[in-house]
Amino acid sequence: MSFTDIMKSLSDGFSVTLMIFGITLAASLPLGLVFTFGSMSKILPLRWLTKFVVWVVRGTPLMLQIILIFYGPGLLNWDLKFSRLNAVLIAFIINYSCYFSEIYRAGLESIPKGQYEAGQVLGMTKPQIFFRVVLMQVVKRIVPPMGNEIITLVKDTSLARVIAVTELVKAAEDIISHYANIKVYIYIAVFYLAFTALVTWLLHLAEKKLSYYSV
Amino acid sequence: MAFLEISNIKKSFGKTEVLKGIDFTMEKGEVLVIIGSSGSGKTTLLRCINFLETPDSGSITVNGENLFKAGEPYSDREKREKRLHFGMVFQQFNLFPQYTVLKNITLAPELREFKDKKLSRAEKKALSLQIEKNARLLLETVGLSEKAASYPCELSGGQQQRVAIARALALRPDILCFDEPTSALDPELTGEVLRVIRGLKSSDRTMIVVTHEMNFARGVADKVIYMADGVIEEFGTPDEVFGKPKSDKTKAFLSSAKD
Repeated sequence: MSFTDIMKSLSDGFSVTLMIFGITLAASLPLGLVFTFGSMSKILPLRWLTKFVVWVVRGTPLMLQIILIFYGPGLLNWDLKFSRLNAVLIAFIINYSCYFSEIYRAGLESIPKGQYEAGQVLGMTKPQIFFRVVLMQVVKRIVPPMGNEIITLVKDTSLARVIAVTELVKAAEDIISHYANIKVYIYIAVFYLAFTALVTWLLHLAEKKLSYYSV
Repeated sequence: MAFLEISNIKKSFGKTEVLKGIDFTMEKGEVLVIIGSSGSGKTTLLRCINFLETPDSGSITVNGENLFKAGEPYSDREKREKRLHFGMVFQQFNLFPQYTVLKNITLAPELREFKDKKLSRAEKKALSLQIEKNARLLLETVGLSEKAASYPCELSGGQQQRVAIARALALRPDILCFDEPTSALDPELTGEVLRVIRGLKSSDRTMIVVTHEMNFARGVADKVIYMADGVIEEFGTPDEVFGKPKSDKTKAFLSSAKD
């Protein structure tokens, strides 16, 4: 297998990796906020339910969650079947939403009460206070921990391999099992490194863009 | 009828009774200074007046309009409207760090003017300009015209507090309240803030100032309240309260405050 052919196979796998990464991120960033509101809700049953879900999701391996979502319904004879990729996406989105929600919560709770009160005495509504006063300050504070999670997500995509979704690692293994070319592992390491470098740089830009004020 | 009437305000946090029945009145254009040691309930009283705390009993009336009566349910919307009779300047300034000085002042008036109204783009623009013009005037009042484009983190504490005063004034409150406006400042920065407050007095603003600055209190006040343990221990003109206090508690407080 020529180097070009290897790169072509790997690129196909990498595009699946990118898709898992992109869709998970796009869905978890807002869904995490929903979980945050749930876990900070004044309605106790809702708060308990959210905290329970977060506990289960954070307390079990993502790999196990992928397996359960893909095989679970069939084993229980449910009339519900996800494609491999959908099962992966559902597991990733729920998992990352839970992690993001805790980062959001920490960010929200770090905003001084005085900011809310200043908004109140200025006659702002609760949504106005949240969106116009608090949110940007939260965003600034959570960029570093979110960066951590997002970089972890890049590499976690390899867990999709456990139900035979051909992402980057699976694509590499397919080649290696046929041609015994161990170098392919090095190639995919470079893929991951290049991608995390890009993500790191984007996060750095975000931090820089927000550095015009301090909270 | 007095401009502001506070009657029988009580407030407890858990088992601690912080305000044990506060009554006072003040007239338009007066400056009321509230002094007292920490824990006497001064700040809680101010927070009750600004609807940041809900009193357990009592009522608040401004200019004949009853704003608060204990036990009555108020919607968020009602509270928002009522609290706009008052402005509040906090000990910790509480400026919005992500906005420029100018935006800090214009944000609330803009949100208020643009809400629930169908305005054409041109009308919005005109309104914005008017709000901005007013904000620049207020900045001039507090002596910070040249800082309009700065961010709060670039200002000293005294400058931040002066911006906070301008921000509160932008909503044209009937009564402006100050909660220990200089307590978080270095001593050399308190003067500029106190000067601004004195300046507002000469423009006939109705103000309630909670402070530990005794000389300032004596100089600026029309009426003084000395609070101790959740009650008004002494109430009168500065000369009465500082000059010939009736209660022993007041005497003890004033003599210890001198040192």
